[in-house]
Amino acid sequence: MIRIGLLAFVTSALLTAGQSPTPGGGGAPTVRVAAAADLNVVLDEVVERLARRQPSIRVETTYGSSGTMHAQLRQRAPYDVYLSADVEYPRDLIARGIGSERDLFTYAIGRIVVWVPRGSTLAIEREGLSALAGASRIAMANPRHAPYGRAAEAALRNAGIWSRVRGNVVLGENVAQAAQFVQSGAADAGIVARSLAMAPAMRGAGRFLEIPEHTHPRLTQGGLILPWAVSREATVRFRDYLLSDEGRQLLASHGFDLSAR
Amino acid sequence: MDWVAVGLTLKLAALTTLILAIVGLPLAYWLATTRRAWRPVIDAAVAVPLLLPPTVLGFYFLMATGPNTLLGRLHAGVFDGSVPFSFTGVLLASVLYNLPFAVRPFVAGFAAVDRRLVEAARCLGASPPRTFATVVLPLSWPAVLAGLVLAFAHTVGEFGVVLMVGGNIPGVTRTIALAIYDDVQALDYAAAHEASAVLLIFAVSVLAVTYSLQRRVLPL
Repeated sequence: MIRIGLLAFVTSALLTAGQSPTPGGGGAPTVRVAAAADLNVVLDEVVERLARRQPSIRVETTYGSSGTMHAQLRQRAPYDVYLSADVEYPRDLIARGIGSERDLFTYAIGRIVVWVPRGSTLAIEREGLSALAGASRIAMANPRHAPYGRAAEAALRNAGIWSRVRGNVVLGENVAQAAQFVQSGAADAGIVARSLAMAPAMRGAGRFLEIPEHTHPRLTQGGLILPWAVSREATVRFRDYLLSDEGRQLLASHGFDLSAR
Repeated sequence: MDWVAVGLTLKLAALTTLILAIVGLPLAYWLATTRRAWRPVIDAAVAVPLLLPPTVLGFYFLMATGPNTLLGRLHAGVFDGSVPFSFTGVLLASVLYNLPFAVRPFVAGFAAVDRRLVEAARCLGASPPRTFATVVLPLSWPAVLAGLVLAFAHTVGEFGVVLMVGGNIPGVTRTIALAIYDDVQALDYAAAHEASAVLLIFAVSVLAVTYSLQRRVLPL
């Protein structure tokens, strides 16, 4: 027991030592981005391109579930801009007095696909979503709080098979975990973000079919510049780049639809 | 209050504790008494979940038990369905993850038992199991109890492993910790507060009762 106590002490000492007092340090202004998990691949590329165009700005990204970040931002989490998978989360922050309407923006529209591993016998190409009636485990995000989960459930209802498959559904905490469930082979089909299905890790491992947009509520992805942004000017420049032709082109090439300007 | 999740959590914790008693007590006794050279390796293997984040353990467990793996195929041959996303899967992962929380206190308790008493019992003709049951266990039970309670309480509060391998299925793998997380995610803070308060009160009571029991029998 003493040894366990010592271990805990050493660990906590190490953890405290690792914390840097100021994010980014001196020099170039740093934009701290709290981003939805479905942006994982595309945003890295956005940051890389931006670094070439505007070397004076540094960007730090943190990926997570939009709901968790919403809860953290309500407690003034130290981010400068919030990129949510659902515009309703930043809207809710504004309703709570955090941020203003003019700093709210929509940047993309998420799409869902049904994804199966390469060797799967499920005939998604021929039968569409109905093929999932033959799957024993279907991974999707949790519809109770994940926008992609709500869209997946709506699409299954629309296909008329929700009551048949709901007992076989396994829920990921967010859409990236749902993708991991099916990509690892633990589930035999999944309804995931098209942006994830097109990411290098999944593209070669399976095949997917797009789910028509009219079968589920639209996944409008929205963001908000936070009132406590350290460098508002750099944050605005980051947002403007994301919404520029070049930024939109990157989003489109990674599986997002574009929102109206 | 999600009573299905509460019931499932208690069932998971009780079964985890039971399995750890059956597997952990002999393992701990062996660790406490053996002089084999490779004992530190087993010691390290038992203690490794203390250092590994639950997500790492859950991730490996998921990779090791999927339907395309050897373990997964063995399981599918005997039972219906896959290991991940089943109660059995969560229980197995939970036993692995809680091993050090039960076995470390057991080993400490057994090691503190005076060897001369054990040898006296053996010389008087008691078999090793009988010596264990009538000499070692009565002398070390506060440590054994501590290990069992720690494993039970830790399973009730476990989150990362269940999140990784469970798939959040109501009544099968959705424990109270996951239900609270879902409440927070869905911005239903009232429900989250309620369940969290129940969990907090439960945790403090369990620990207080254990410590008072230990103190009464064996003032430390």
